[in-house]
Amino acid sequence: MPVISVRNLVKTYHVGEVTVRALRGADLDVEAGEFVSVTGPSGSGKSTLMHILGCLDRPTSGQYILDGKDVSRMSKDELALVRNRKIGFVFQGFNLLSRTSALDNVELPLLYNGASKLRSAQRHKRAMDSLNAVGLTERAHHYPNQLSGGQQQRVAIARALVTEPTILLADEPTGNLDTRTSIEVMDIFQRLNIERGITILLITHEVDIAEYGTRIVRFRDGRIQVNEPIAHRRNAAHELAALPPAEELPENGSGDEVPVEHMGGVV
Amino acid sequence: MSILMTLRIALKALGRNKMRTALTMLGMIIGVGAVITMVALGKGAQSTIEEQVKAAGTNLININSGNFSQGGVRMGGGNATTLTKEDAEALREVPGVQYVAAGVSSRAQLIAGNQNWQSQIQGTDVELPLIRNWPTKYGGFFTPQDVAAAGKVCVLGQTVAETLYGPDVDPTGQIIRVKNQPFKVIGVMASKGTSGMGGDQDDTVFAPYTTVQKKLQGIQHINNITVSASTPETQPVAAAITQVLRQRHKLVGTDPDDFMVRTQEEMASVRTETTRTMTTLLAAIAGVSLLVGGIGIMNIMLVSVTERTREIGLRMAIGARGKDVLLQFLVEAIVLSLVGGMFGIALGFGLSAAAERFLQWPTSIPPNAIGMAFGFAAATGVFFGFYPAKKAAGLDPIEALRFE
Repeated sequence: MPVISVRNLVKTYHVGEVTVRALRGADLDVEAGEFVSVTGPSGSGKSTLMHILGCLDRPTSGQYILDGKDVSRMSKDELALVRNRKIGFVFQGFNLLSRTSALDNVELPLLYNGASKLRSAQRHKRAMDSLNAVGLTERAHHYPNQLSGGQQQRVAIARALVTEPTILLADEPTGNLDTRTSIEVMDIFQRLNIERGITILLITHEVDIAEYGTRIVRFRDGRIQVNEPIAHRRNAAHELAALPPAEELPENGSGDEVPVEHMGGVV
Repeated sequence: MSILMTLRIALKALGRNKMRTALTMLGMIIGVGAVITMVALGKGAQSTIEEQVKAAGTNLININSGNFSQGGVRMGGGNATTLTKEDAEALREVPGVQYVAAGVSSRAQLIAGNQNWQSQIQGTDVELPLIRNWPTKYGGFFTPQDVAAAGKVCVLGQTVAETLYGPDVDPTGQIIRVKNQPFKVIGVMASKGTSGMGGDQDDTVFAPYTTVQKKLQGIQHINNITVSASTPETQPVAAAITQVLRQRHKLVGTDPDDFMVRTQEEMASVRTETTRTMTTLLAAIAGVSLLVGGIGIMNIMLVSVTERTREIGLRMAIGARGKDVLLQFLVEAIVLSLVGGMFGIALGFGLSAAAERFLQWPTSIPPNAIGMAFGFAAATGVFFGFYPAKKAAGLDPIEALRFE
C-alpha cells in the first residue's frame, strides 16, 4: 500500500478577480521508502502539491490518502497533529528560530507533540540523537547566526527528524547552498532514505539535485507530465569522497567562519 | 502543549528582546503604580477622617436644645430651655439606646496655684467616657454619687492639665478654683487630639452636670444629651429619639422641633463623601495611564506578531495548532502585564511611603487594592493581548512561511 496516494487533486485559488488553477487533477502514488524528486518550472503546481501533501493546505477537490487515512477532509487541528507526527519539513530558508540554540530549535516539534507528554530530559535526549544523526552534536549550543548555511540546514533536518516522521518533505533544501554543501545535504537525505527507510519528497528545479532520488515527477501547468524512475541515480557519498578536501568550508573550519548569505533564512 | 511549557516559550521570546520588553512593561508599571499610589493617598485621607469619627465615639447621637422663640423673636439654636434631665432619663428607654449622658456647658477661668486658663466646663454624666470611648490617663471619672450630690469634683482634659500643672504631672487630688469655688481634681483624661472640625478636644474640663447646673450656672434645664446607640445603625435610633422628645415636649402636627438630633454619621458623612469622590477621581485618572499601558502592550504584541510571522508559520508547520499559537501570544501579553503589574505594585508602595515620609500625607493601601491592581493588570493583558494573539493564530501557515 502506498504511503501517499493522491487522486484527481484539484486546487484553485482566487487572487482578487483572477482564478488561479494551481492543480488541475494530479494523480500520484508514493511507496514507503521511495525518494521522489518533484521538479517543474515555477507556477507549475509543484509547491501547491507539496503544501497539500504536507497537510499545510487542503485540496479544492480530489482525494489524499496518507498512511491509509483520508486527510483531505481533516480539521485544522487534526492536520496539525499529522504534520507533527508523520511529516518532517525542510525549507529552502531553513526557518530556524533566531537567538535560540540549535538544540532548542530541534526540540521545538516535541513541544507540540500533544499526546506523548515527554519529560524535558527525554526531549533533550531525542533532540541530541537527532543532531547526532546530522553530525552536529558539537554545535548543539550554538545559535543559528554562529552556524554556516549548511550547518543551519542540517539543524533544520535534525528538527524534521526529531518526531520520527515517516515522510520528509524538502522544499528546495539546497536552494541557498553552494555545490559542496548541497551534496553534503543530499548525502544526509540519501542516508536517511536508505538506512532508516524514510520516504522523501524533494522539490527542486535543479536537474542534477533531482537525480539523487529514485524517481522523478515533473509538473507542467498543474498536471504531472513525467513520472518515471531515475535510471542513473547519483550517489552523494561517493561524490563527496571524490571531491578535494575542503579546507575553507565553514562547517569544518575552526574560527574562520565565513558568514553565509541566506535570504531571510533565520526567523 | 502544557501551560508551563507555553510560559517558558513566552519568557524566552520576551527575553530575546529585553529593551522592548522592559519599555512595554514600564507602561504597565507606571499605570499600576499610579493607581496604587492614588488609592493609597485617598484611602489614607479617608481613614484619617474615619479615625477622627471613631475617636469622637462611634454610634454617637447628639441632641442639642433648639431654637427658642418668644413673640416672634427667634434666639437661635441652643437657647431653648426645654431640654431636661427627665428627657435624658426617658431616652434610656428608647430601643437601641446604650448609654445616655445629660450635658450642660459653660466657660470659666480656671485657677490652680499661680497658673490660670480659660476653658470650657462640660457638665456631663458618668457614662460619657463609655459613649466617647475616652479613658482617663490619671485617676478616674466621677461616680453616680458625685452626680447625685452635685459634688465639686472635676476631671481635666490633657491640654488643661498640662497648662496648669506642666506635662507628665499627675494632678489628682489637687484643688482648682472655678468661678471662685474649689473643685477637687479626681482625674485626667487621655489625649483625644483634634476633632473632625479641627478643635482641640483636650482643652476641656468635665464635671457632674448637676454641679454645673447648680453651682456654676444656676439653671434647671440642660443644653444637650449625648447618646450612644448599641449598633452603628444610628438613623432609626435618632428617629425614635425625635419621636420620644416631640411627645415629651408636647409638640404636635407641624410644630417645629425645639431640639436638634444629629448622628455622628451625618456629621462625618459629608467629609467622607468628599474624600471618597477625590479618591475615585484620582484612581480614574491613574486608570487612564493603566489603559495607555495596556494599549502599549497591544501595540508591541501586534508588532511582534508581524515580525515573527515566519516563526508562527514554522511553528504551525511543525505541528502547532491555532490555539497553541493563540495561547503563546496571550501568555506573552499576560506575562508582560503581570510582571509589569508586580513592579507597579512595588512602585506604588514606594511612592506611598515617600508621600507619607516627605509630604506628611497619611497613606493606607487596602489589601484588596493589591489584588485588584493585579487582577486589573492580568485583565489588561488578556484584553489587549487577545486581538494580536487571535491575529497570529489565524495566520495561514503557507503565507506565513513565505512572509518576508
